[in-house]
Amino acid sequence: MAGKSSEPMMVKGKRLDGRKTNEMRPMKLKVGVVPLAEGSAEFSMGKTKVIAAVYGPKEVHPRHMMIPDKALIRVKYDMLPFSTTDRIRPGPNRRSKEISKVMSSALEAAVYTEKYPATVIDIFVQITNANAGTRTAAINAASAALAHAGIEMRDLVCSVASGKADGTVMLDLFQPEDNFGEADLPVAIMPKSMGITLIQMDGDLTKKEFAESMKLVNEAMPVLYDLQKKALINGEASFEGGKIK
Amino acid sequence: MTEKLNVKDKELVVPGQVLAEGMSYIPSGKAIRDGEDVTATVMGRVSVKGHVVKVQPLNGGYSPRRNDMVIGQVTELAKFGWRIEIGQPNQADLPLRDASTSFIEQGSMRKYFTEGDYIFAGITDVGKYIRLSTKTRPHRKLGTGNIIEVNPSNVPRIIGRQGSMIKTIKDASGCNVVVGQNGYVWIQGEDLDKVLLVQKAIEMIDQDAQESGLTEKVEKMLKGGKK
Repeated sequence: MAGKSSEPMMVKGKRLDGRKTNEMRPMKLKVGVVPLAEGSAEFSMGKTKVIAAVYGPKEVHPRHMMIPDKALIRVKYDMLPFSTTDRIRPGPNRRSKEISKVMSSALEAAVYTEKYPATVIDIFVQITNANAGTRTAAINAASAALAHAGIEMRDLVCSVASGKADGTVMLDLFQPEDNFGEADLPVAIMPKSMGITLIQMDGDLTKKEFAESMKLVNEAMPVLYDLQKKALINGEASFEGGKIK
Repeated sequence: MTEKLNVKDKELVVPGQVLAEGMSYIPSGKAIRDGEDVTATVMGRVSVKGHVVKVQPLNGGYSPRRNDMVIGQVTELAKFGWRIEIGQPNQADLPLRDASTSFIEQGSMRKYFTEGDYIFAGITDVGKYIRLSTKTRPHRKLGTGNIIEVNPSNVPRIIGRQGSMIKTIKDASGCNVVVGQNGYVWIQGEDLDKVLLVQKAIEMIDQDAQESGLTEKVEKMLKGGKK
């Protein structure tokens, strides 16, 4: 949302990367990429790439963080120094702490935490390449990794962002649209109940635009759910990108 | 009200997937009833027997049950007894009075089990704490040997129907094998090559647990290694 682009974001109804407003980037999901973790997944969404690993349930350290009647879901979201065009300083910062927190609550809603009392489920997410939509990609990868780890869950969690760039509401923003656009709306949903577990809005949307954005996100959910389901069963799955039926 | 089964036998399912609709279907294993549906809570394999829909987890840790026989490692000596790791988030306790039929004198605990020892024990209680016992017969301290880890849900396959698979392995290799229900396997033998062969065979069973004709495959594998 910083600055304005000299180029228009939409040319003849098409975006800078040739997609239409309701189209997603090509996606790829693979599970079991980290051999030592109980569950793991590698997810890519266009040029955004993430790896998620799940460890646990295990004993809680430090002890004061323990919750006696349910499991603690501890997420560590981390961007690697080479994931962006400018090197970023490794280690936690204000942004990564916030994303870890919202991811933890987005995933906690789907896990039967009461089945693992006084334990912790650690989820480590590494962003190897950032090209907008890292938190949504991270949630998709973490959800698949949790299921792969054999943790009891109510449902999978699917996540995608929509937003507004150049006055047009569009699905799954990529880097230039995110940087020079007007609004970004990442959403995470449990597709079976359509329960929303994460929603954030950066920028401004009118009531009508918000409804339109949510409609685009809801339409994308079956694709994301299918991708996760197929990847868990076959080990790997991909989505070509483009139109959603 | 509609009665419908959405899955086939031996199909892989993901958490949250609706397996069957209607109250006449009964959830079992890691399946639960959600409203009028039967849904899976973990990623796993479905087995349908009549109206019972069961989900067996593919991955995931061991959840202890009473009367299970497990292999554990002594991690700590405490006032009350030993603390044992059994591949599960919370450690298990082996109280002094359940360790042996003879009286354990003060200061002689290390004569029985010390840190790092592996034991074969039975679970007597899974309340707030998991409690073990090594008092009765098959339960004992495991001597020198190899420990490998397998998926706990594949343990029945390693043992086989009425112990057929484990018997095949023992007879063909001459090794001593103990399988804990928590997925730890202990192998002891005179010949290291045979121990490694058994290890390989068990890892293969763990990998291809869903395939049929494993017993023959294992037998062939162990016999082939003899020559």
